[in-house]
Amino acid sequence: MNVCSLRIDDRALTVAAGTSLLLAARRAGIVIPSLCHLDGLTPVGACRLCLVEVDTAGPLAACVTAAAEGMRVRTDTPLLRDIRRSLVEMLFSEGNHTCAVCIADGDCELQTMALRVGMDHNRLPGRFPSRTVDLSHPLFGLDHNRCILCTRCVRVCDEVEGAHVWDVGWRGERCRIIAGLDQPWGAVDSCSHCGKCVEVCPTGALFHKGSCGGDHPSHPERLAALLRGRRRQEGPP
Amino acid sequence: MNTEQRLRLATVWLSGCSGCHMAFLDLDAWLLELAAWAEVVYSPVASDRKVYPDDVDVALVEGAVANDDNLALLLQVRQRTRVLVSFGDCAIHTNVSGLRNPLGAAEAVLQRSYLQLADGSGQCPHAPGLLPALRTPVLPLHALVPVDVYLPGCPPDPARIRAVLEALRRGERPRP
Repeated sequence: MNVCSLRIDDRALTVAAGTSLLLAARRAGIVIPSLCHLDGLTPVGACRLCLVEVDTAGPLAACVTAAAEGMRVRTDTPLLRDIRRSLVEMLFSEGNHTCAVCIADGDCELQTMALRVGMDHNRLPGRFPSRTVDLSHPLFGLDHNRCILCTRCVRVCDEVEGAHVWDVGWRGERCRIIAGLDQPWGAVDSCSHCGKCVEVCPTGALFHKGSCGGDHPSHPERLAALLRGRRRQEGPP
Repeated sequence: MNTEQRLRLATVWLSGCSGCHMAFLDLDAWLLELAAWAEVVYSPVASDRKVYPDDVDVALVEGAVANDDNLALLLQVRQRTRVLVSFGDCAIHTNVSGLRNPLGAAEAVLQRSYLQLADGSGQCPHAPGLLPALRTPVLPLHALVPVDVYLPGCPPDPARIRAVLEALRRGERPRP
């Protein structure tokens, strides 16, 4: 196995070549903040919260940057702290996030991240966009007001369930998650009703219709358990 | 801030549900301790005074700015207060008070509340000079005046309110 040695926050470590900086840091006991990353899904660098300073280049997204020989990486600097808080503030400004009336209040990765980056208020003005809620599916709902476009739902449906119900439609401020090339979710035959997209949603954007405030069954960790189980069934590599 | 004399404390209620004030009252017996070192000079729940006084040390301001009265009072509070605390999620993020922002003008909410959901005899309230005009969009305090301390929560936990007031008494500015 090819290996490379690097330093992350002054900790020397050796990892397999190709390992992402996010996973390499985790092996060194350093948890880099992230919202779009989820173990078991292809990394996409959508949220940019995992930006790290690398001596050879400007800030890079740790989830999509491979460790390289001799690299020196910093994961927590004043610049990165400022960038991360600003990114979370932009997410709050971009959508309509009202924790008090959200199903995910108290169990929301965006809310937890806001606390972690020290966002005691939003320095940016709110945009208050006019967005819709799709309740056409018999079991689940999609509230675009709460979506941060992390694309976990898109990836889990395509890569794990194999149904590929979701895509990212439109661009810029009109960018949103679409089902079946922009149909109401309930009209999409390829949806198997498995609920994986709901389980991995970091906010209250995707939810079970029967649940109400403070009753948000989001279980992103179940994906890793499922994938481990599948690997065991397929036999030793 | 006065250290010899009692701290001059105000609590203010703009557009919010008063839940933050209820959380403040939930401090129960500690309020007696507070009264030993703080004088409540203006408050919807602990004072009869109708006009915001001068020379206030600390003001807990609940609620967002959703109408002209809110704005006028906030400007007065800022002018007459040393430490302005943005008190609760409506003050900080507009929260429930700001749910109407994506709908555009306040007229949409008035129509829905007073006409569409009425039993046939509904009419939109209109009493200039008596009812303050609604503002669009609903804004958090720091979008309009400088804020010194942010005390989040819907409502803020009473223990957190107490911790902030005790820190301010010691002359500290609590930060997250």
